[in-house]
Amino acid sequence: MLLFWGFLVVLGSQISARLLPEKLTIYTTLVGLLNARNYNFGGEFVEAMIRQLKESLKANNYNEAVYLVRFLSDLVNCHVIAAPSMVAMFENFVSVTQEEDVPQVRRDWYVYAFLSSLPWVGKELYEKKDAEMDRIFANTESYLKRRQKTHVPMLQVWTAEKPHPQEEYLDCLWAQIQKLKKDRWQERHILRPYLAFDSILCEALQHNLPPFTPPPHTEDSVYPMPRVIFRMFDYTDDPEGPVMPGSHSVERFVIEENLHCIIKSHWKERKTCAAQLVSYPGKNKIPLNYHIVEVIFAELFQLPAPPHIDVMYTTLLIELCKLQPGSLPQVLAQATEMLYMRLDTMNTTCVDRFINWFSHHLSNFQFRWSWEDWSDCLTQDPESPKPKFVREVLEKCMRLSYHQRILDIVPPTFSALCPANPTCIYKYGDESSNSLPGHSVALCLAVAFKSKATNDEIFSILKDVPNPNQDDDDDEGFSFNPLKIEVFVQTLLHLAAKSFSHSFSALAKFHEVFKTLAESDEGKLHVLRVMFEVWRNHPQMIAVLVDKMIRTQIVDCAAVATWIFSSELSRDFTRLFVWEILHSTIRKMNKHVLKIQKELEEAKEKLARQHKRRSDDDDRSSDRKDGALEEQIERLQEKVESAQSEQKNLFLVIFQRFIMILTEHLVRCESDGTSVLTPWYKNCVERLQQIFLQHHQIIQQYMVTLENLLFTAELDPHILAVFQQFCALQA
Amino acid sequence: MQNFWCSLNGIHINIIPQGDNEEQEKLLKKSCTLYVGNLSFYTTEEQIYELFSKSGDIKKIIMGLDKMKKTACGFCFVEYYSRADAENAMRYINGTRLDDRIIRTDWDAGFKEGRQYGRGRSGGQVRDEYRQDYDAGRGGYGKLAQNQ
Repeated sequence: MLLFWGFLVVLGSQISARLLPEKLTIYTTLVGLLNARNYNFGGEFVEAMIRQLKESLKANNYNEAVYLVRFLSDLVNCHVIAAPSMVAMFENFVSVTQEEDVPQVRRDWYVYAFLSSLPWVGKELYEKKDAEMDRIFANTESYLKRRQKTHVPMLQVWTAEKPHPQEEYLDCLWAQIQKLKKDRWQERHILRPYLAFDSILCEALQHNLPPFTPPPHTEDSVYPMPRVIFRMFDYTDDPEGPVMPGSHSVERFVIEENLHCIIKSHWKERKTCAAQLVSYPGKNKIPLNYHIVEVIFAELFQLPAPPHIDVMYTTLLIELCKLQPGSLPQVLAQATEMLYMRLDTMNTTCVDRFINWFSHHLSNFQFRWSWEDWSDCLTQDPESPKPKFVREVLEKCMRLSYHQRILDIVPPTFSALCPANPTCIYKYGDESSNSLPGHSVALCLAVAFKSKATNDEIFSILKDVPNPNQDDDDDEGFSFNPLKIEVFVQTLLHLAAKSFSHSFSALAKFHEVFKTLAESDEGKLHVLRVMFEVWRNHPQMIAVLVDKMIRTQIVDCAAVATWIFSSELSRDFTRLFVWEILHSTIRKMNKHVLKIQKELEEAKEKLARQHKRRSDDDDRSSDRKDGALEEQIERLQEKVESAQSEQKNLFLVIFQRFIMILTEHLVRCESDGTSVLTPWYKNCVERLQQIFLQHHQIIQQYMVTLENLLFTAELDPHILAVFQQFCALQA
Repeated sequence: MQNFWCSLNGIHINIIPQGDNEEQEKLLKKSCTLYVGNLSFYTTEEQIYELFSKSGDIKKIIMGLDKMKKTACGFCFVEYYSRADAENAMRYINGTRLDDRIIRTDWDAGFKEGRQYGRGRSGGQVRDEYRQDYDAGRGGYGKLAQNQ
């Protein structure tokens, strides 16, 4: 019997927290019925849940903790937990708002856990303890009024307040709960199976929750980031169907919560996920397709990052279109249209994701789209968001198909927005190039490459190339010589232009030459410059070549960052491929640091195990083995420090460059008397924000340096604001 | 021991001698390499890169070739740096379209020299030897049907 209870307790807590939180009320009803039969079971179950809650909080598992709190709340409805003791727990939660010297995000979470349980249990708690609840509400309200919201602009998908305000999540939830309270806690959306068992449940003996003290804040505590609620639809968008609950209705909150839960439970199986979404209970009373599309885009556009990998949302939407071919595609098209209309105020990072989603989606549907509907973008400044969006989408569509296809799918009027044919540009290729310096060497190299020359043979051909930077050549002839780099890189890349594989082979085969030519920082920069000149029509090729060059250490991450901010790239500075390269570069740097840190940890563990075995065996001979391992650990320690230093330097270079170009722009606008807020400026500031947001965990380590060295008080307030908003995120 | 691979309708069937089963299972569970089938003969490495990069950084792509003609014959291998990225490709790219065709991905024990060639009699994939339908992206009718 005990074993059975134990099993149920574990099962219950596992189910409630980990799986299917959208079916919470079914499980609480089950627990309620079991408690009515066996009081001890109920007591043990509640104790187990409280233990689980404490563990989740200590392990920074706040998403799980919210569901546990909600589960406990619903157990009040099932007569398992006495309402006054739940109220007491919520009192303790909200008293966290009085704590001093703790991050705001900590206080926020406890308020969120309280408020988000009220749709389930507000009625019951108010009926039993209205005075206490009023007090808790007053404390909550005063907290919400005084908390700072500097972080909000950084997390909003749109900067515009129309047509739907992009509210901070606690503000939105507070408004929803206030409305629920005004409606006397009448909530009709949540399925409450326990109502059907009221006669049994009301006979049950209830348990009191033990007094719950929130675990104290520690240095290791990491709280969830604040959010902004994404809204794109309201009841006017589906005039013929069931009415969409208003943005401040609690039904809206519950529906969105449940849909997010379904995605969270099933994200690894897209077909199951889609099936679960479309079979959401109560779907005849709400415009379910609109809710689903809104919730999916809410996740896809979430800042700093979507909860799951971007591509999951693309294929989930495709599955949904397959399941509801008569209705969902139309809603999706309507959503796409709306997103396009609001591009002017959409955050750049979100526009990136929109571009990637839309182009990938189109590639699954033969690129069919009513492009003419978007003809308004043709007459706008090409740097403004709408034409820019269309250009980037077409470029991505081309990568998934081919150039002629793109020309065929758009109306002729759109040809100006079509991408360039991704061909190689070889400067020594035609008649007119005879007069170019290094031309004869280029021809010589071409012949050598075609006859499978070795690195040494290439070196000897290059020896004869004069250095335009010097009057007489170095004795060794291998100091930074831009002309050598030019003829070598141009010719090799041109000959290897056929495919990525050909280019990668070329990089591998002549790695030695590359390394030598690109030994200095200027060398690295010039290699990137020349590569860019050859392939400027083919951004995809540029990206894969940069990736390969970093991985084979022909160039380093700092060189790539410097190159991106160089004048050669200023024309393309706002193009998506540039930022994809930069973020990919940063990610490689981060992964490299993690990899070496892991190696160091493993070596240390190995040593510790060896020590333990030694103390167990009392064996002297392993002293020598220790030595080798200790040496390895020392080497790895140095490697880790060097990698971490390289990583920090990379971020500092990037921030420095941003500050430089933004300051240049601000100064120029001031002296010209023009407005600062150009499309370029908006793009650049949001790109800076994107660096902070996408790599916030790493950057947190550098806060002191950033504050003292770069983002000082003398900086222009426009630029400083970005830094301050970032600081506010985990404050 | 040689592994015999057979592809029907883009579904990758691994036919192996009894004794190798356990070893094979182990390799598949750790693999970062995917076999990709039902590609068009005209699908390029660049297109494959673009699509499969959506689940993570690609280490290498090896195009499947007709053994005689040395031209693309409708399959390839995609190797990722991390297993997690390959898993996401199996979850979200498998069964979607590339070049207007539904492609299929399957775990692969790892590329070995020689496996980039089709094993059909005519040099392409086995499935293109025997199929009866007309597939414009895969050389038209099956080889057997063509020769009849």
